[in-house]
Amino acid sequence: MEWFQELLGPAWMPIWTLVKIVLIVLPLLIAVAYLTYAERKIIGYMQVRIGPNRVGFFGYRLVGLGQPIADAVKLMTKEIMLPSGANKALFLTAPVLSIGPAMAAWAVIPFTEDWVLANVNASLLYIMAITSMGVYGIVVAGWASNSKYALLGAMRSAAQIVSYEIAMGFALVGVLMSAQSLNLVEIVQHQAGGFWQWYWLPLFPLFIVYLIAGVAETNRAPFDVAEGESEIVAGFHVDYSGMAFAVFFLAEYANMILIAALVSIMFLGGWLSPLPFLPDGFFWIAAKMSFVLFLFLWFRATFPRYRYDQIMRLGWKVFIPVTLVWILVVGAFMQTPLGYLFH
Amino acid sequence: MLNRIKYYFKTFLLIELLQGLAVTWRHLWGPKITIQYPDERTPQSPRFRGLHALRRYPSGEERCIACKLCEAVCPAMAITIESAQRDDGTRRTTRYDIDLTKCIFCGMCEEACPVDAIVETRIFEYFGEKRGDLLYTKQMLLAVGDKYEEQIARDKAADAPYR
Repeated sequence: MEWFQELLGPAWMPIWTLVKIVLIVLPLLIAVAYLTYAERKIIGYMQVRIGPNRVGFFGYRLVGLGQPIADAVKLMTKEIMLPSGANKALFLTAPVLSIGPAMAAWAVIPFTEDWVLANVNASLLYIMAITSMGVYGIVVAGWASNSKYALLGAMRSAAQIVSYEIAMGFALVGVLMSAQSLNLVEIVQHQAGGFWQWYWLPLFPLFIVYLIAGVAETNRAPFDVAEGESEIVAGFHVDYSGMAFAVFFLAEYANMILIAALVSIMFLGGWLSPLPFLPDGFFWIAAKMSFVLFLFLWFRATFPRYRYDQIMRLGWKVFIPVTLVWILVVGAFMQTPLGYLFH
Repeated sequence: MLNRIKYYFKTFLLIELLQGLAVTWRHLWGPKITIQYPDERTPQSPRFRGLHALRRYPSGEERCIACKLCEAVCPAMAITIESAQRDDGTRRTTRYDIDLTKCIFCGMCEEACPVDAIVETRIFEYFGEKRGDLLYTKQMLLAVGDKYEEQIARDKAADAPYR
C-alpha cells in the first residue's frame, strides 16, 4: 500500500477515497439487489407460498438466487419511455435527485471504528440534511411526469415526509442529548458495555418512534400512500420505465438499508457486541441491520396501508408529542443524580 | 370511560399490531401450500372440464347425430354445426366447429348431448401459435376423442352413478 502511495504521489488521496467509495457503493448495490430477493422470499413465506425459486446460475436453481440479477438485466434492457407531455429535462433529472442523497448519506456511516469514509464531527446533522433532500426527487418526478396520479403521489409523499421528518429529528435530538455528540462514531462509542447500555433501552419511546418514522420516511408499507397501487397506480413513478424506474427502486431500497444502519448505530450500538466479552466488529452492525431490514419486510407482510389522514394524525398528534415528552424526561433526569441512567 | 382508557392503552402500546405480527411470524415457519406446477400437479376430478372431444361408438361410427342441442345451449355461442343427410339415410354433421377462444368451459354442451358425443376431457395444456389455431374443427375434435377414448370412457363410468 505504501508503494502505491509513493507511486501516485499527490494523486494518492483522491484515488484512495475513490476506491473507498467504490468499496461502499458496490456492496450496497449488491445488498439492494438481494434485499429485493429477501423481500420476495420472506413475504412469500409469510403468505404461505414459496417465492422466487427458479432462476439460478449455470443450470442450478439455488433457491432462486439468480432472480435479482435477472431482474436487473431485464430493467437495463428495457426502453425508457418519455411521456409526450412530460418536462424532459426534469423527468430525467428526478431519478438522479432521488438516488444521489440515498448514496451520499453513506459517506459518514461508520461500519466499525475505523471503517468510515468521512469521520466528520457533525455527521448526524449531515445525515438529517442529506436524507431530507431525497424527497425532491419524488416531487420533481411527480411534477415532471405531467400525470394526475404521479402528482398526487408526489404531493402525498412530500406532506408525509415533512411531517415525519420532525418526529425523526426529535428522536435524534434525544440521542444526541444522551451521547453529547453529533459524531456517529462517538455516539456508538458512548453505548459501549453490553446491550443494556445501548440507547434502545433508556430511549425506548424514541427508538420505536424513530423505527416507525423510518418506515414512513422510506415510503414503505404500511405508509406507502405515495405509491399505493390500489389507489393511484404507482404514484410518483407511474410514468417511469426501464432503468429510470430501476433507479427509483434502487434509491428506495438504499434508503431502507440506510435507515436500518442509522437505527443500528443510534439505538442498537452499531458494531458493538451485545455482551462485553464478545469481540466487536463489522459482523454485529451487519446483523443488526439485517434484523431491522427484516422488521421492514415483516411490517409490509402484516399491516394494511394507512389512510392518508391517519398517517397525518399519527405523525402530528402521536409521534411529535411522544418524542417531546421523552426529550423532556431525558433533560429533566440529566439535571438530577440519576442522569447516568441516560448516560 | 374505563373502556376509553383501555382503548388508548391498547393502541398506544401497539398491542393489536404485535398480535398481527405474531400471526405472520407463525406463518413464516409454517408449511407452504404452493404446488410447483410443471413438477407437481394438483389432483383432477373425473368431471374436469378441459379441451373438447367428439367420441365414436366402438364400431367406429361417430356418435354425433347433429341434433344441435349443444349449439342451442352454448351460452358463449362457440359451437357452429351444419348437418346433411348421409347416403345411408342418417343425419350427420358436415361441420362441427368449436371456437375455443369463445368457449367458457361451462360443460353445458356435454350435459345437453343425448348420445354423449361431445365431451370435455382432462386436457388443459394446449395452445395456439397463431390466430385461428384455437378454432377446433370436427376432424380435430374427433382426433382428440380417438386419442383419449380410454380416459374419457373411464371418467364417464366414474361419474355415471351421480348423473
